[in-house]
Amino acid sequence: MTLPFWILAIVTLAGGVAAMTLRRLVHCALALTVAFAGLAGLYLNLGAEFVGLAQLLVYVGAIAILIVFAILLTRGGEGAEEHVFSPTGLAGAVIALAVFAVLAWAVETSGLAGTHAAAAAAPSNTMRQIGLAMMQRYVLPLEVIALMLTAAMIGAVILALRERRTGTAQNLSERPEMRA
Amino acid sequence: MSPLAGCLLVSALLFSVGLAGALTRRSAILVLAGIELMLNAANLNFIAFWRFGPHPELLTGVIFVIFSIAVAAAEAAIGLALILAIYRHAQTSDVSEIREMQG
Repeated sequence: MTLPFWILAIVTLAGGVAAMTLRRLVHCALALTVAFAGLAGLYLNLGAEFVGLAQLLVYVGAIAILIVFAILLTRGGEGAEEHVFSPTGLAGAVIALAVFAVLAWAVETSGLAGTHAAAAAAPSNTMRQIGLAMMQRYVLPLEVIALMLTAAMIGAVILALRERRTGTAQNLSERPEMRA
Repeated sequence: MSPLAGCLLVSALLFSVGLAGALTRRSAILVLAGIELMLNAANLNFIAFWRFGPHPELLTGVIFVIFSIAVAAAEAAIGLALILAIYRHAQTSDVSEIREMQG
Protein backbone atom coordinates (compact mmCIF):
# COMPACT_ATOMS: atom_id res chain seq x y z
CA MET A 1 0.00 0.00 0.00
CA THR A 2 1.20 3.47 -0.75
CA LEU A 3 1.99 6.15 1.78
CA PRO A 4 -0.91 8.48 0.79
CA PHE A 5 -3.38 5.66 1.43
CA TRP A 6 -2.14 5.13 4.97
CA ILE A 7 -2.05 8.87 5.71
CA LEU A 8 -5.66 9.21 4.52
CA ALA A 9 -6.66 6.09 6.44
CA ILE A 10 -5.12 7.44 9.65
CA VAL A 11 -6.85 10.82 9.17
CA THR A 12 -10.18 9.06 8.57
CA LEU A 13 -9.86 6.74 11.56
CA ALA A 14 -8.63 9.53 13.86
CA GLY A 15 -11.59 11.63 12.81
CA GLY A 16 -13.98 8.75 13.44
CA VAL A 17 -12.54 7.96 16.87
CA ALA A 18 -12.59 11.63 17.85
CA ALA A 19 -16.19 12.00 16.64
CA MET A 20 -17.26 9.10 18.83
CA THR A 21 -15.29 10.04 21.98
CA LEU A 22 -15.17 13.85 22.29
CA ARG A 23 -17.43 15.40 24.93
CA ARG A 24 -18.76 18.47 23.12
CA LEU A 25 -21.22 17.72 20.33
CA VAL A 26 -19.93 20.51 18.08
CA HIS A 27 -16.41 19.11 18.28
CA CYS A 28 -17.85 15.69 17.43
CA ALA A 29 -19.52 17.12 14.32
CA LEU A 30 -16.23 18.72 13.25
CA ALA A 31 -14.32 15.45 13.75
CA LEU A 32 -17.02 13.62 11.79
CA THR A 33 -16.52 16.06 8.91
CA VAL A 34 -12.78 15.29 8.98
CA ALA A 35 -13.57 11.57 8.80
CA PHE A 36 -15.91 12.09 5.82
CA ALA A 37 -13.31 14.23 4.03
CA GLY A 38 -10.66 11.57 4.67
CA LEU A 39 -12.98 8.96 3.17
CA ALA A 40 -13.44 11.17 0.10
CA GLY A 41 -9.64 11.29 -0.19
CA LEU A 42 -9.51 7.48 0.08
CA TYR A 43 -12.04 7.15 -2.75
CA LEU A 44 -10.01 9.54 -4.92
CA ASN A 45 -6.84 7.61 -4.03
CA LEU A 46 -8.51 4.37 -5.13
CA GLY A 47 -9.41 5.86 -8.49
CA ALA A 48 -13.13 6.44 -7.94
CA GLU A 49 -13.24 10.15 -8.79
CA PHE A 50 -17.01 10.44 -9.15
CA VAL A 51 -17.68 8.76 -5.81
CA GLY A 52 -15.02 10.85 -4.08
CA LEU A 53 -16.52 14.10 -5.33
CA ALA A 54 -20.06 12.91 -4.53
CA GLN A 55 -18.85 12.05 -1.01
CA LEU A 56 -17.43 15.57 -0.63
CA LEU A 57 -20.67 17.14 -1.89
CA VAL A 58 -23.12 14.99 0.04
CA TYR A 59 -21.32 14.22 3.29
CA VAL A 60 -18.96 17.14 3.87
CA GLY A 61 -21.32 19.61 2.23
CA ALA A 62 -24.79 18.51 3.28
CA ILE A 63 -24.87 15.89 6.03
CA ALA A 64 -22.28 17.64 8.22
CA ILE A 65 -24.33 20.86 7.99
CA LEU A 66 -27.52 18.91 8.80
CA ILE A 67 -25.87 17.42 11.89
CA VAL A 68 -24.68 20.86 13.04
CA PHE A 69 -28.23 22.18 12.56
CA ALA A 70 -29.64 19.29 14.59
CA ILE A 71 -27.10 19.90 17.38
CA LEU A 72 -27.95 23.59 17.56
CA LEU A 73 -31.73 23.04 17.36
CA THR A 74 -31.61 20.49 20.18
CA ARG A 75 -29.43 22.79 22.32
CA GLY A 76 -26.70 20.17 22.37
CA GLY A 77 -23.99 22.76 21.76
CA GLU A 78 -24.36 24.52 25.07
CA GLY A 79 -21.54 22.80 26.86
CA ALA A 80 -19.74 19.62 27.66
CA GLU A 81 -22.07 16.96 28.96
CA GLU A 82 -21.20 15.17 32.15
CA HIS A 83 -22.26 11.70 31.06
CA VAL A 84 -21.52 11.15 27.40
CA PHE A 85 -21.63 7.36 27.50
CA SER A 86 -24.78 5.39 28.16
CA PRO A 87 -25.06 3.05 31.17
CA THR A 88 -24.61 0.04 28.90
CA GLY A 89 -21.60 1.63 27.21
CA LEU A 90 -19.09 -1.00 28.30
CA ALA A 91 -21.13 -3.80 26.73
CA GLY A 92 -21.38 -1.77 23.52
CA ALA A 93 -17.62 -1.26 23.37
CA VAL A 94 -17.04 -4.99 23.96
CA ILE A 95 -19.51 -5.84 21.17
CA ALA A 96 -17.75 -3.44 18.78
CA LEU A 97 -14.36 -4.94 19.65
CA ALA A 98 -15.74 -8.44 19.06
CA VAL A 99 -17.16 -7.39 15.68
CA PHE A 100 -13.79 -5.93 14.68
CA ALA A 101 -12.01 -9.10 15.80
CA VAL A 102 -14.34 -11.24 13.67
CA LEU A 103 -13.96 -8.95 10.63
CA ALA A 104 -10.17 -8.81 10.94
CA TRP A 105 -10.02 -12.59 11.38
CA ALA A 106 -12.18 -13.02 8.25
CA VAL A 107 -9.91 -10.71 6.22
CA GLU A 108 -6.75 -12.47 7.46
CA THR A 109 -7.99 -15.99 6.77
CA SER A 110 -9.69 -15.23 3.47
CA GLY A 111 -6.41 -15.47 1.57
CA LEU A 112 -6.68 -11.86 0.44
CA ALA A 113 -3.94 -10.69 2.79
CA GLY A 114 -1.21 -12.87 1.33
CA THR A 115 -1.89 -12.58 -2.36
CA HIS A 116 -0.34 -9.57 -3.97
CA ALA A 117 -2.97 -9.40 -6.63
CA ALA A 118 -1.79 -7.53 -9.65
CA ALA A 119 -3.36 -4.16 -9.00
CA ALA A 120 -4.54 -3.27 -12.45
CA ALA A 121 -4.55 0.38 -13.35
CA ALA A 122 -7.80 2.06 -12.47
CA PRO A 123 -10.09 2.29 -15.47
CA SER A 124 -9.72 5.68 -17.06
CA ASN A 125 -12.54 7.92 -18.20
CA THR A 126 -14.90 6.47 -15.60
CA MET A 127 -17.02 9.63 -15.41
CA ARG A 128 -18.28 9.14 -18.97
CA GLN A 129 -18.91 5.43 -18.39
CA ILE A 130 -20.80 6.16 -15.16
CA GLY A 131 -22.98 8.68 -16.96
CA LEU A 132 -23.75 6.23 -19.72
CA ALA A 133 -24.47 3.42 -17.26
CA MET A 134 -26.82 5.67 -15.26
CA MET A 135 -28.75 6.65 -18.35
CA GLN A 136 -28.92 3.22 -19.95
CA ARG A 137 -28.54 0.19 -17.72
CA TYR A 138 -29.41 1.75 -14.35
CA VAL A 139 -32.04 4.24 -15.45
CA LEU A 140 -34.84 2.55 -13.50
CA PRO A 141 -32.95 2.52 -10.17
CA LEU A 142 -32.07 6.16 -10.83
CA GLU A 143 -35.74 7.07 -11.15
CA VAL A 144 -36.59 5.07 -8.03
CA ILE A 145 -33.86 6.91 -6.09
CA ALA A 146 -35.21 10.24 -7.35
CA LEU A 147 -38.70 9.33 -6.14
CA MET A 148 -37.31 8.15 -2.80
CA LEU A 149 -35.31 11.36 -2.28
CA THR A 150 -38.41 13.44 -3.00
CA ALA A 151 -40.46 11.37 -0.55
CA ALA A 152 -37.71 11.60 2.07
CA MET A 153 -37.50 15.38 1.67
CA ILE A 154 -41.26 15.81 2.10
CA GLY A 155 -41.25 13.35 5.01
CA ALA A 156 -38.41 15.15 6.78
CA VAL A 157 -40.20 18.50 6.47
CA ILE A 158 -43.47 17.02 7.76
CA LEU A 159 -41.71 15.30 10.68
CA ALA A 160 -39.82 18.41 11.70
CA LEU A 161 -42.88 20.65 11.45
CA ARG A 162 -45.51 18.41 13.03
CA GLU A 163 -45.44 19.47 16.66
CA ARG A 164 -45.05 23.14 15.90
CA ARG A 165 -48.33 23.09 13.98
CA THR A 166 -50.28 21.57 16.88
CA GLY A 167 -48.74 24.03 19.34
CA THR A 168 -45.64 23.17 21.33
CA ALA A 169 -46.53 25.35 24.31
CA GLN A 170 -49.87 23.63 24.74
CA ASN A 171 -48.28 20.21 24.71
CA LEU A 172 -45.69 21.28 27.23
CA SER A 173 -48.23 22.74 29.64
CA GLU A 174 -50.10 19.46 29.54
CA ARG A 175 -46.98 17.49 30.30
CA PRO A 176 -44.98 19.38 32.93
CA GLU A 177 -43.10 16.26 33.94
CA MET A 178 -41.40 16.17 30.52
CA ARG A 179 -40.04 19.69 30.85
CA ALA A 180 -36.82 18.65 32.64
CA MET B 1 -0.29 -6.82 3.00
CA SER B 2 -2.13 -6.56 -0.27
CA PRO B 3 -3.94 -3.31 -1.08
CA LEU B 4 -7.32 -5.01 -0.91
CA ALA B 5 -6.66 -6.39 2.58
CA GLY B 6 -5.46 -2.96 3.72
CA CYS B 7 -8.68 -1.36 2.50
CA LEU B 8 -10.76 -4.07 4.16
CA LEU B 9 -8.94 -3.64 7.49
CA VAL B 10 -9.37 0.14 7.44
CA SER B 11 -13.03 -0.37 6.62
CA ALA B 12 -13.45 -2.92 9.43
CA LEU B 13 -11.84 -0.50 11.90
CA LEU B 14 -14.12 2.33 10.75
CA PHE B 15 -17.16 0.07 11.04
CA SER B 16 -16.19 -0.92 14.59
CA VAL B 17 -15.62 2.71 15.60
CA GLY B 18 -19.05 3.61 14.24
CA LEU B 19 -20.66 0.62 15.96
CA ALA B 20 -18.98 1.49 19.27
CA GLY B 21 -20.22 5.07 18.98
CA ALA B 22 -23.75 4.03 18.07
CA LEU B 23 -23.88 1.61 21.01
CA THR B 24 -22.19 3.72 23.70
CA ARG B 25 -23.08 7.38 23.16
CA ARG B 26 -26.08 8.93 24.88
CA SER B 27 -26.76 11.67 22.34
CA ALA B 28 -29.17 10.53 19.63
CA ILE B 29 -27.35 12.72 17.09
CA LEU B 30 -24.09 10.88 17.70
CA VAL B 31 -25.86 7.53 17.45
CA LEU B 32 -26.94 8.64 13.96
CA ALA B 33 -23.37 9.78 13.23
CA GLY B 34 -22.12 6.33 14.21
CA ILE B 35 -24.59 4.75 11.81
CA GLU B 36 -23.34 7.08 9.06
CA LEU B 37 -19.76 5.97 9.80
CA MET B 38 -20.81 2.32 9.45
CA LEU B 39 -22.50 3.07 6.11
CA ASN B 40 -19.32 4.79 4.92
CA ALA B 41 -17.24 1.79 5.94
CA ALA B 42 -19.47 -0.42 3.79
CA ASN B 43 -19.05 2.03 0.88
CA LEU B 44 -15.27 1.82 1.25
CA ASN B 45 -15.55 -1.96 0.95
CA PHE B 46 -17.55 -1.62 -2.27
CA ILE B 47 -14.95 0.73 -3.75
CA ALA B 48 -12.07 -1.54 -2.69
CA PHE B 49 -13.66 -4.63 -4.24
CA TRP B 50 -14.47 -2.67 -7.39
CA ARG B 51 -10.91 -1.36 -7.68
CA PHE B 52 -9.11 -4.64 -7.00
CA GLY B 53 -11.75 -7.03 -8.34
CA PRO B 54 -11.57 -8.89 -11.62
CA HIS B 55 -13.90 -6.61 -13.62
CA PRO B 56 -13.39 -2.95 -12.74
CA GLU B 57 -14.69 -1.87 -16.15
CA LEU B 58 -18.25 -2.95 -15.26
CA LEU B 59 -18.48 -0.17 -12.62
CA THR B 60 -20.92 -2.13 -10.45
CA GLY B 61 -19.23 -1.14 -7.18
CA VAL B 62 -19.18 2.54 -8.11
CA ILE B 63 -22.85 2.56 -9.12
CA PHE B 64 -23.79 0.76 -5.89
CA VAL B 65 -21.90 3.32 -3.81
CA ILE B 66 -23.57 6.22 -5.62
CA PHE B 67 -27.00 4.81 -4.82
CA SER B 68 -25.87 4.03 -1.28
CA ILE B 69 -24.80 7.65 -0.78
CA ALA B 70 -28.21 8.82 -1.99
CA VAL B 71 -29.99 6.47 0.41
CA ALA B 72 -27.69 7.57 3.25
CA ALA B 73 -28.51 11.21 2.56
CA ALA B 74 -32.25 10.47 2.77
CA GLU B 75 -31.66 8.43 5.94
CA ALA B 76 -29.72 11.27 7.58
CA ALA B 77 -32.43 13.82 6.74
CA ILE B 78 -35.23 11.61 8.08
CA GLY B 79 -33.20 10.59 11.14
CA LEU B 80 -32.37 14.14 12.12
CA ALA B 81 -35.99 15.22 11.57
CA LEU B 82 -37.07 12.37 13.87
CA ILE B 83 -34.54 13.46 16.49
CA LEU B 84 -35.91 17.01 16.29
CA ALA B 85 -39.48 15.73 16.67
CA ILE B 86 -38.50 13.59 19.68
CA TYR B 87 -36.59 16.50 21.19
CA ARG B 88 -39.61 18.76 20.88
CA HIS B 89 -41.77 16.12 22.52
CA ALA B 90 -39.47 14.92 25.32
CA GLN B 91 -37.17 17.98 25.67
CA THR B 92 -34.09 15.77 25.48
CA SER B 93 -32.02 14.03 22.85
CA ASP B 94 -30.51 11.60 25.35
CA VAL B 95 -31.41 8.10 24.22
CA SER B 96 -31.10 6.65 27.72
CA GLU B 97 -33.73 9.10 29.04
CA ILE B 98 -36.33 8.50 26.34
CA ARG B 99 -38.00 5.51 27.89
CA GLU B 100 -41.70 5.83 27.24
CA MET B 101 -43.34 5.19 23.90
CA GLN B 102 -46.73 6.65 24.83
CA GLY B 103 -47.37 9.77 22.82
